[in-house]
Amino acid sequence: MKGRQRETVKGIRALLAGEKRTIARIISAVESEDSEEILEHIFPHSGSAYHVGITGPPGAGKSTLVSAIAKRLLGKRKKVGIIAVDPSSPFSGGALLGDRVRMTDLALDENVFIRSMASRGSLGGLAQATKDVALVLDAAGMDYILIETIGVGQVELDIAQVCDTTVVVLVPESGDSIQAMKAGLLEIADIMVVNKGDREGCERLLTELKFAFEMREQKVGWDYPILKTTATEDEGVEELVVAIESHASYLSKTGRLEDERKKKLLLRIHELIEKRIRFHLKENIMPERDIIKLLDKMYERKLNPYRIAGQIARRIIRLADRRFV
Amino acid sequence: MISKIRVLVGKPGLDGHDRGAKVVAAALRDAGMEVIYTGLHQTCESIVEAAVQEDVHVIGLSILSGAHMTIFPRILKLLRASKAKDIMVIGGGIIPADDMKKLQRIGVHKLFGPGTPTSEIVDWIKDNAVKPKRPTTRKKKSVRKKVKKQVRKKIKKKSKG
Ligand SMILES: Nc1nc2c(ncn2[C@@H]2O[C@H](COP(=O)(O)OP(=O)(O)O)[C@@H](O)[C@H]2O)c(=O)[nH]1
Ligand SMILES: [Mg+2]
Repeated sequence: MKGRQRETVKGIRALLAGEKRTIARIISAVESEDSEEILEHIFPHSGSAYHVGITGPPGAGKSTLVSAIAKRLLGKRKKVGIIAVDPSSPFSGGALLGDRVRMTDLALDENVFIRSMASRGSLGGLAQATKDVALVLDAAGMDYILIETIGVGQVELDIAQVCDTTVVVLVPESGDSIQAMKAGLLEIADIMVVNKGDREGCERLLTELKFAFEMREQKVGWDYPILKTTATEDEGVEELVVAIESHASYLSKTGRLEDERKKKLLLRIHELIEKRIRFHLKENIMPERDIIKLLDKMYERKLNPYRIAGQIARRIIRLADRRFV
Repeated sequence: MISKIRVLVGKPGLDGHDRGAKVVAAALRDAGMEVIYTGLHQTCESIVEAAVQEDVHVIGLSILSGAHMTIFPRILKLLRASKAKDIMVIGGGIIPADDMKKLQRIGVHKLFGPGTPTSEIVDWIKDNAVKPKRPTTRKKKSVRKKVKKQVRKKIKKKSKG
């Protein structure tokens, strides 16, 4: 065995044993480099963790809630991985990752692994590498992986593509349910939570949400829970954990867990192929130095991008015009 | 994809305000670093555990309580116990020159006195935070180049045929 390979095998073994420093190092590698080779080694050991996404506007109490949920799960002797995503500054590329402040009680628990991630330019509420980081934690033996999205208030639909159960957290001050409907939040929610139950306006929001959900087309068999929590007081959290567990058992009983996970795998293949092809396109098929002349002509309106793209795409498709699987 | 310098900024011990720590954290972010902010009243144990899990290059501590002679040695000891000696430790606060010397002798990498411009801290970290070796299987550059060449050849062949 070559030195590098030996190091990888050693790394994987330590990862599977749940060795924290190794987990952390591999996550960094996955976050910053092309690490498909190491992910190939990790993938066979994944698939047993249940993924729960927590999304909602900033300040809704997502981190506080994640911490409270994690505590309950730890009480049930589960291992919990937490990924908390915060935005990178588009100007400096830096980030201030502060979700840990709400999770200090957990920090020393043997069975928890918390990782803060910066979005690194990705939109949609997660970072590009979040899926792969979850894969690493999955292989490291976590029973649950809780993923907190950025919460910039826009549509953060990526979360539903990573998680088995998506929890949408709203608060009385985050505006009315109509806004949540507009943002598509109701569509991605498997469980709806109104947090800050100690605040005014909570009951009204609950009623509005119940009404909005009744209007919605029901996915068969799953009765959307709409729950009230006060994360800071640990109120309603047990009910939320129960709701997550019953959603999990609903999914697996109906076979939907398998279906949905297969859909996610298909999506993953597409993403990975696209990533490679995009790179290949830029570097090899149409390197920048060759395209400059075309750009000049387009700028003068002698050529148009639709025609050029069409021609190049047709040639690429012709080359690849057969099935590969 | 990109590699980033990651820094944990924490405030161990009992003293109550973290304005200085927050100012430094913001300056590091504005310099392009990823800053994990852990908040007030952290124990040394939780700081080191967080630093390990977050895989930071540097731990930066703000200590105003005068407890620096117990906190820094404890952090260093815990890092050694976690096999994480390569994580650098720096700090700021009111620390007498004698103590500074002692602390740097036992392995604290750098201490900044009160009123140090944040740019100085940024520059120091940029100059000193080296990427630790990671268990990765990325192919060597020469190998990658070779593969790329082969692929290009194949495509050329195909487009001719
Ligand atoms: N009154 C009240 N405050 C809460 C509750 N849950 C969280 N908070 C506070 O809301 C603020 C934002 O919480 P955080 O968890 O950081 O929100 P995030 O941005 O969604 O992750 C913090 O000051 C929390 O202490 C709650 O149930 N009631
Ligand atoms: Mg948060």
